[in-house]
Amino acid sequence: MSVLIFADAADGQIKKSSLEAITYGVDLAQKIGATASALVLGKVTDDLSALGKYGINKVYHIADEKYNQLDARLYTKAIASVVSTSGTQVLILCNNLTGKSVAPRLSVALKAGLVTGASGLPDTSNGFVVKKAVFSGKAYANIKIPTATKIIAISPNSYKTVAGEGKAEVIAAVGSDIAPQVKVTSTQKVTGQVPLSEAELVVSGGRGLKGPENWGMVEDLAGLIGAATACSRAVADAHWRPHHEHVGQTGGSIAPNLYLAIGISGAIQHLAGVNRSKVIVVINKDPEAPFFKAADYGIVGDAFEVVPKLIDAVKQFKGVA
Amino acid sequence: MKILVCISKTPDTTAKIAFADNNTKFAQDGVQWIINPYDEWYALVRAIELKEKDPSTIIHLLNVGGADTEPIIRKALALGGDEAIRVNTEVSDSYYIAAQIAAIAKEGYDLVLTGKETIDYNGSSIGGMVSELLDINYVSLATKLELNGSTVTLNREIEGGEETCEAPLPLVVSCQKGMAEQRIPNMKGIMGARTKPLKVVEPIAADILTSIVSFELPPAKAGVKLISPDNPGELVKLLHEEAKVI
Ligand SMILES: Cc1cc2nc3c(=O)[nH]c(=O)nc-3n(C[C@H](O)[C@H](O)[C@H](O)COP(=O)(O)OP(=O)(O)OC[C@H]3O[C@@H](n4cnc5c(N)ncnc54)[C@H](O)[C@@H]3O)c2cc1C
Ligand SMILES: Nc1ncnc2c1ncn2[C@@H]1O[C@H](COP(=O)(O)O)[C@@H](O)[C@H]1O
Repeated sequence: MSVLIFADAADGQIKKSSLEAITYGVDLAQKIGATASALVLGKVTDDLSALGKYGINKVYHIADEKYNQLDARLYTKAIASVVSTSGTQVLILCNNLTGKSVAPRLSVALKAGLVTGASGLPDTSNGFVVKKAVFSGKAYANIKIPTATKIIAISPNSYKTVAGEGKAEVIAAVGSDIAPQVKVTSTQKVTGQVPLSEAELVVSGGRGLKGPENWGMVEDLAGLIGAATACSRAVADAHWRPHHEHVGQTGGSIAPNLYLAIGISGAIQHLAGVNRSKVIVVINKDPEAPFFKAADYGIVGDAFEVVPKLIDAVKQFKGVA
Repeated sequence: MKILVCISKTPDTTAKIAFADNNTKFAQDGVQWIINPYDEWYALVRAIELKEKDPSTIIHLLNVGGADTEPIIRKALALGGDEAIRVNTEVSDSYYIAAQIAAIAKEGYDLVLTGKETIDYNGSSIGGMVSELLDINYVSLATKLELNGSTVTLNREIEGGEETCEAPLPLVVSCQKGMAEQRIPNMKGIMGARTKPLKVVEPIAADILTSIVSFELPPAKAGVKLISPDNPGELVKLLHEEAKVI
């Protein structure tokens, strides 16, 4: 048996979410008595043999630069060919933006049952059953994959990376000779900030903050603890914050270790995007705000008084003046 | 230009989530059904905008589902679109649905639009599967779509931002926020939708690659621990020592 983990990269480095997928794949391999290898596409600056410290023996690498831009069709052909030549039974991806683009195509190319957004190792006591969040985090479904080849795309930030010692063997592999057809012409990236989808800590603001001019304290707090910033739909719709910060039923769905919500009421559609967060903190002046029911910690108070005090407390804790 | 918009039916965003038959089925009692928001607000409305720019554009809506989906399909037709097709079958597995969509899509559509994901099963899979079945390009999680002849210019989400890309037609695109603004159907649209064709076709034979064994609800939260607004230091301490997140 063998497990292959597809690890994608951004700016030459393996994404954190894909390192989580590697740890997941290594743990799965151990559980089912298989070996775990990784596959990386495109030119990278990372030393791929160092992936050995996550428990990987082999890293297949297709170093062709054409893979540095996402073309789902091209990626699928390359990954499917490595799956076939390596005799892989279980393919693991991260259900990040790349994973969402290629995992479904691979399911068709390999006639392999796929579970996206998986959140734990499969139960193999009776077949091969994978748990995933459904109804936007309001429930879980256990899904059986009966096909010979299986694909699991795990949710970002649902599995902790564990690094030890070790060096992997890097094996040059060849992709397909077709040319890419999806061409990236420009990127618009917020630099110097933690991307929301990869963030372990998130500070989020709602309409209670009254206007975009008051986001300074949200950004200060986020900056201090190394968090990404997010917002409610009401805030994005009012153009107080960019669309990509909108979380909830119709925005992004995140599962950080900490979600700190300031001036957000906690409507069911908002909760749908954040309810898988491990710890939820709510700051709201209304003790009846529905968000407190979903929270682990709460402060009933005016954000304009509480947040500056909280920033001071964090500064003290971090030892910064 | 012929556009196929894939429309699915989901429980209303405020629906109570509960399960029946020994936690093997979603309990549908009293559930209000809506068009999956991503399909309606983004995929369909963007297609309508393209038709407003170029009236020769043809928009077909497609649903794979039972007769109980027809009210949703009519509602979508009230927003716009020339006609609808329903593949008459109960749905379960993504691959099976994608196979039905691909069978229709290969009858000469230039652009196939889907939502980013359904808000019930959150598969985010159908668009990609359809594109592979047709062996054409796929751009997922798009926030912007413009047509320039046979090339499509799109923005799609990347970690911490967006990128602009170009792809040739035919193309499958999954749509999300940014693509268009939500619309409300007007009276003329609602009246017109009644007479628009809604064609029912029978499914093709296709495999089922996965099956749902059971559902479960997340464990209940222990309840909120309230901290005095005068002492946020206590919160920092709890987050560090108890929750261990900072
Ligand atoms: C189909 C559908 C999909 C939707 N999808 C989403 C989604 O994806 N994401 C989303 O967020 N919403 C979504 N919504 C909207 C959602 O229902 C709410 O309307 C929205 O989340 C409200 O945003 P808010 O909490 O920022 O604003 P409000 O509801 O206005 O709440 C503001 C909160 O701030 C508090 N407040 C006010 N002043 C202060 C102060 N000085 N200090 C502290 N607290 C203060 C108030 O007590 C209140 O609780 C959706 C709705 C529908 C119908
Ligand atoms: N039964 C269906 N009929 C038509 N389109 C569907 C159906 N199910 C899903 N889709 C489309 O595929 C998208 C993604 O669905 P999913 O992969 O299930 O999350 C949806 O937003 C719809 O556009």
